[in-house]
Amino acid sequence: MPLLEAKLLEAKLLEAKLLEAKGIVKVFGKLTALSGAALTVSENEFHGLIGPNGSGKSTLMKCVAGAETPTEGSVSFAGEDITALSPTDRARAGMSLKFQITSVLPSLTLYDNVLLALQAQSSLFDLLLSRTRAALHDQVMGMLNQFRLADRAQDAAATLSHGQQQWLEIAMALAGKPRLLLLDEPTGGMSLEERRVTGELLLPIKEHCSLVIVEHDLDFIRDICDRLTVLDQGRVLQSGTVAEIQACKEVQEIYLRRA
Amino acid sequence: MAESGLAGILPAGQATARRKVLPIVEILSLIVAVVLPFVLQDYLTVFATRVVILALFALSFDLVWGYAGIMSFGQALFFGSAGYGVALLARDLNITSILVVLPAGMLIGLTFALLLGGFLLLGRHPSTVIFVALGTLTGSYAADRLARGWYYLGGQNGIPSIPSMTLGSYEITEGPAYYYLALGILFVVYLLCRFLVRSQFGLALAGLRENEQRIAFFGYRSQHLKAIVFAVGGMVAGLAGGLYAFHEGFVWPNMLGVVFSTQVVLYVLFGGSGTLIGAVVGAVIIEGVSFWLSDNYRDIWPILLGVLLLLVILFRPLGLISFVLGERERVGSFGGPPKGSRDAAP
Repeated sequence: MPLLEAKLLEAKLLEAKLLEAKGIVKVFGKLTALSGAALTVSENEFHGLIGPNGSGKSTLMKCVAGAETPTEGSVSFAGEDITALSPTDRARAGMSLKFQITSVLPSLTLYDNVLLALQAQSSLFDLLLSRTRAALHDQVMGMLNQFRLADRAQDAAATLSHGQQQWLEIAMALAGKPRLLLLDEPTGGMSLEERRVTGELLLPIKEHCSLVIVEHDLDFIRDICDRLTVLDQGRVLQSGTVAEIQACKEVQEIYLRRA
Repeated sequence: MAESGLAGILPAGQATARRKVLPIVEILSLIVAVVLPFVLQDYLTVFATRVVILALFALSFDLVWGYAGIMSFGQALFFGSAGYGVALLARDLNITSILVVLPAGMLIGLTFALLLGGFLLLGRHPSTVIFVALGTLTGSYAADRLARGWYYLGGQNGIPSIPSMTLGSYEITEGPAYYYLALGILFVVYLLCRFLVRSQFGLALAGLRENEQRIAFFGYRSQHLKAIVFAVGGMVAGLAGGLYAFHEGFVWPNMLGVVFSTQVVLYVLFGGSGTLIGAVVGAVIIEGVSFWLSDNYRDIWPILLGVLLLLVILFRPLGLISFVLGERERVGSFGGPPKGSRDAAP
């Protein structure tokens, strides 16, 4: 009996792994960006990916999202091997990426930006006849409200401040109700106050979504993440809870060395 | 409450005031087009008919380049192949009924666009603008050469003396009848295109133009979107080609080749891409100015026309239409609160 229980528990744990990237190697010409990196994220977990500049954080994110194809290694998502899937198919499976460089569509209104992200799930036929436009209105305004952008709905996205553009992008990335959201430096270029608000905006999504976040701001990471993975020179140095990582000497050394 | 209501209405009022330029241009163009045959001499109505058909052709290119960002340098392939197709129907099978030949033209344009578009756009990776531009250009050039060398298609001379298009026993000959036929078709196709580019599908296209990679990460199949627009563009070009063949009464290899392909690019860049009406205005002005210049400056008119085109493209990269149409209105807006909700809010 105990054996069976242990097996059940193990099975449950395996099931709960939403994302599992193993042995990821990425070589750009002569440069090896990743040499056997790994990343495991459970359901409803906020996972921080940290490490010095050039440690391969962004590359790992891109391999997970499908923006880059890993030279070696495998990525599985919700139990399916997705290593060979295109970004489009990964998005349809429930994965969403916010790029490091903000890429809202500047000449469209905020409203249209969010609608564009939301209607990606509609069929071509519905799009041609604009059949989901009315039904999505409340969701669009809901997203804009949630990210404190509702009063700018009809302005072009280009007129937003940098921080607001980041929020708009997070809103767009969340629009398709993803199971996993990948955020590459969401607080880059934000003021302290904006960072605090960003943290507040992200916390409620935990109920339905896991998060992988690449970030330089360690205070921000500490505040919202459950677990951390530390990358150094293309491989995983340490992975564990925030407390474990903070106690780890090797990690401290890396950050001291950088400083 | 009265104050907040006012504050809510004022910016909206300004926005609609700004947004009204496009419909005004469109309605004015339509009125001018409808009245034209009454003021023009007959030979000018014939010329105007040709321009209307070319405007339809320009519309197909605007759809493809202005809305889906596909640089089709071979749009004449669909125009010309449809022209040749209906010419063969008339010559070899004696089929001239408008109810057959125009749908046939559309079908031919659609088929060629599906074949070429499938090959150029649906590869494993999204294709580059240059690849598509060269691919379409090559297709168009090859078709031109093929037609020149193929005896069955009349070689260099093309297919002459195509009979008139018929509706029952009525012959639609050049002049006001053909003009209004072409104008009616242009009007209907324009409205359909307008519906398409302002639909949610149009929003997806706007996203595609601005950042193809980004919308792929939302889950859009961007290559499929492109292939669909390319096919629709081919169909419209085919319709224009069919109309053109019967109007001119003959088809010749240029209709398939680089000459017509480049011409349609110029119409749209000159008028202003991504606006639909810009394509129509561009076709009308380029054809009108060439007509006038060739009459008055018989020797140097191509040079004058070239300089004029260069000036517009240098100083007005968004085309002539950008004199009256602002950026915000050109891009447009695809959704918003249902009408009246702004005022209804307390």
